[in-house]
Amino acid sequence: MMQQWQPVLTIKDLTKIYGGGCPRCLEVTGPEFETNICCHCGAVVACGQVSFELYPAEVLGIVGESGSGKSTVVRLLYFDYDSSGGEIYFHNAAVSANPQVKLPQTDENLLTLNSFQKRQLRHACLGMVYQNPHLGLRMAVSSGGNIAERLIMAGCRHIGQMRGRSADLLAKTEIPVQRLDEPPRNFSGGMRQRVQIAKALSNNPVILFLDEVTTGLDLSVQARVLDLIRQLQSEFHLTVIVVSHDLGVIRLLTSRTMVMKCGRVVESGLTDQILEDPQHPYTQLLVSSQL
Amino acid sequence: MRLNAWLQDHRRVKKSRDYNFAFINEAAKREIRRKILKAVAIPGYQVPFASPELPVARGWGTGGLQLTLSLIGPEDILKVIDQGCDGSVNAVNIKKFVGQVTGVSTTTDTRQATIIQTRHRIPEEAMTRDQILVLQVPFPEALRTVEPSEAETRRMHGEADYSQMWLYLYEDIVKYGEISIGARYPVTVNGRYIMDPSPIPRWDIPKLHLAETLFLFGAGREKRIYAIPPHTRVEPLEFEDEKFRVEDFPGQACQRCGSSATFLDEIIDEASGARTYLCSDTSHCDKILAQQEEKEVRSCK
Ligand SMILES: Nc1ncnc2c1ncn2[C@@H]1O[C@H](COP(=O)(O)OP(=O)(O)O)[C@@H](O)[C@H]1O
Ligand SMILES: [Mg+2]
Ligand SMILES: [Zn+2]
Ligand SMILES: [Zn+2]
Repeated sequence: MMQQWQPVLTIKDLTKIYGGGCPRCLEVTGPEFETNICCHCGAVVACGQVSFELYPAEVLGIVGESGSGKSTVVRLLYFDYDSSGGEIYFHNAAVSANPQVKLPQTDENLLTLNSFQKRQLRHACLGMVYQNPHLGLRMAVSSGGNIAERLIMAGCRHIGQMRGRSADLLAKTEIPVQRLDEPPRNFSGGMRQRVQIAKALSNNPVILFLDEVTTGLDLSVQARVLDLIRQLQSEFHLTVIVVSHDLGVIRLLTSRTMVMKCGRVVESGLTDQILEDPQHPYTQLLVSSQL
Repeated sequence: MRLNAWLQDHRRVKKSRDYNFAFINEAAKREIRRKILKAVAIPGYQVPFASPELPVARGWGTGGLQLTLSLIGPEDILKVIDQGCDGSVNAVNIKKFVGQVTGVSTTTDTRQATIIQTRHRIPEEAMTRDQILVLQVPFPEALRTVEPSEAETRRMHGEADYSQMWLYLYEDIVKYGEISIGARYPVTVNGRYIMDPSPIPRWDIPKLHLAETLFLFGAGREKRIYAIPPHTRVEPLEFEDEKFRVEDFPGQACQRCGSSATFLDEIIDEASGARTYLCSDTSHCDKILAQQEEKEVRSCK
C-alpha cells in the first residue's frame, strides 16, 4: 500500500528558455507579468521552474491557454527537447520496466543522461501521442510498421510476432485489423490518433503522454477517442499525463490537474476541486469562461 | 580511352622524370595504410581518408585503386575483375595502369593473385589468408536508403540505432512478401556496425563470413575506407521467421562449363528471346573447362 504513494516521477524546477537567456529571465516573466518573454533579453521562457510529482496509475492533467507551456513540459519529459534547467527523477522501484534496458538510478537526474540513454529510456518506458500525427507517425509506412518500429527498438526480430502484436494493438484501439498494412496517410484524423495510441502502447509504457490528442477532431470522433483512452487507462492502469486546453477533456480524463499560464504552474490539485472551487484568478476566469 | 591517352603521355614524361613506385607518394600511402589499420581495428566502421588524386575519374574505382596502390609491393601479383570478368575494359585498364606504375605481374587466376581488386563480385574460389580482396565501393553508407542526413546516419552508427533499417526490411516483406534487396545487401559486421558490402550479389555475402581473407572496401568519391578482417562474423540482416536467402538458379547451369554451383549471368538472345546462362566469374569458368578437357584427354589415352 505504501508503494502506491511513492511517485513514479519527480520533477523539480523544469525550465525551457528559447533564445540566449539572461540571469533575470525568470524574475521578469510569468503570470504576474502577463508574459513569458524576458524584457531584458527577449528570450521566451516556454516553461519556468515547473515542479510536480506523478503517481502510479494516476491521470494528471495540464490545462491552460495556448502558448502557456503545456506541450513544452511533456515534450521535455519525453526528451524531445533539451531542457534549460531543472531535474527529473524516475523512481523505477515503483514500476515493472523492460528488463532489457538498464534503467537510471532513482537519484540520477534524467536531464544529465546522454542522448543514447535518453532514447533507451524513452523506448523502454515512455509513450507519446501528439496532436499532430505527423510528429508521431511515419505517414508512408504501414500502420503495422509504425507499431513494429517500437517492437524492433525493443529487440524483436520476428515478423510474425510483430504483426500479431500490432494487430492486437490495432484491435484494442478499434482499427479494423485488415488495415494493418495500410499507411496512416490513408486514414482519417481520428484513425490516425488511434494508430498513434496503439504505437504509444506497444512497449507497455510506464508513463503515457497525451498532448491535445483530440484537438481538431470532430466532436463525435473526439468523444469516441476520449472513451477509448478512458477504457484503456482503466484496463491497463496506465500512468498518464493529459495535456489539453479543453476543460471538458480534463474533467473527463483526469483526477489531478495543474493549471499553467505564461510558462508557470499557477494552481494544482484534485481536478474536481479545481473545477468547483478555483483559487487562482486565472483559473477562475478559465472555469467561468468554459462553463 | 582517356586513361590510355594519359598513360602514353605519362610514359613520355617518365623518361625525363621518374614517378614514385605505385604512383602515389609515400606520405600519402602511409596515410592510407594508417586508415586501413584503423578500419581493420574497427570492423565495418567507415574511416574517412584523404583520397589522393589519380588519373582516373572519381567513381571509376578510384577508392579501390588507392587501396591497391598503397598496399602493393614489387613482389605482388595482381588480379583485377569487373562484375566477375577479368577481360572487361575497366578491369583491363586498371590492371594496365597498376602494371605500368609498379611493374608487378598480373594474373587472371584467383589462386595465384596476392591482391585482387574487384567491382560487384567476390571470386568463386575460396581465398586464403595470404590474399587481400579490395572492393570498389560506389555508395559506402548502408543507411542512406533510410536516412538522407549524414549527421543522423553517424549518430545511428554511434548509438547502434538501426531500427530504421529493420523497419525498411519489415515494410519490404509486407509489400513484396520477401526482402527485395538484390545487390548491396546490408550486413552486420562483428555484431556491431551495419555495413554496405558494395554491390555484390547476395550470392557472395556468405563468403564474407568468418573468411580467411582480409576484405578492404574503398569509396573514392565519398572518401571512405572500411574493412572486414579475417575470421570476422558477417551476418546479413534477417528476421527469425524471414531468413536471408542467396539467389538461386533452379535447373540452370553454365552454358560453357556446365557448372550449376556458381553465380550465373542470364543472357537473353535479342532475336529469339531465348535465355542462356554463363558463369559470372569468367576465370573460374575457364578453370573448370580446362579441368574437364584435361580429364577428357586423360580418358582418351
Ligand atoms: N521553437 C521555439 N522557439 C521559440 N519559442 C517557442 C518555441 N516553441 C515554443 N515556443 C514558445 O513557448 C511557449 C510555450 O509553447 P507550448 O509549450 O507549445 O505551449 P502550449 O502547448 O501550452 O500551447 C509559447 O509562447 C511558444 O511560442
Ligand atoms: Mg501545445
Ligand atoms: Zn532574459
Ligand atoms: Zn561456367
